[in-house]
Amino acid sequence: MVRPTAVTNSIRALREAAGLTQAELAGRIDVTRQTLIAVEQGRYSPSLETAFRIARALGVRLDEVFQYPEA
Amino acid sequence: MPAKSAPEERSAWIMLALAVIGYPAYLILLFNGAGAAGRPLAELPFAWPMIWTVLGSIGASIVLHAVFRVYTDLESNKRDERDRLIGRFADRTGQAFVIAGALGGLALAMLAAAPFWIANAIFLGFFCSAILGSIAKIAAYRGAFSRAW
Repeated sequence: MVRPTAVTNSIRALREAAGLTQAELAGRIDVTRQTLIAVEQGRYSPSLETAFRIARALGVRLDEVFQYPEA
Repeated sequence: MPAKSAPEERSAWIMLALAVIGYPAYLILLFNGAGAAGRPLAELPFAWPMIWTVLGSIGASIVLHAVFRVYTDLESNKRDERDRLIGRFADRTGQAFVIAGALGGLALAMLAAAPFWIANAIFLGFFCSAILGSIAKIAAYRGAFSRAW
């Protein structure tokens, strides 16, 4: 599968560490469960607002959730 | 169709199915309609077969969407930013065929072709647009989608 973005994320590990299911986290950041799954799998880059909401819901900084490789 | 798919993806499957069934249904109505027997192709009465195909597709779409809405929970009927982005991407992709159909119709009109050919070029464009748009939407949901596209 072609990855649409070079951005990677640690949502799954952070979500599991926080004891949240995909449905619970999706509900907190106001996206569908399908969208959260796509973000976790790197198939979709969320908007900046959604990225901040994910970080906030997981109680970490944005750059702890999303990583962008050095050029 | 996956049971846990996004509502917009289900909608795309419905659109695809209706477009794939709709055009052959139109051809059946066209060639077997009243007054069709023995006439040359360009003189076949096409207006009512087209109108019935469009009305039938709209009716079937409403019924199928209502059926799927009943059998899915409310959460999965929500739309979010990804649904809106993919929707716009699919619309843009499908529009290519609407334009192709319109240009085909325009060219045929300039060549003084029979109204049958002009109408059918535009009508075929609509169906191809629905098929391509639905496939683009399903592909975007199933695979990777970038907001940069």
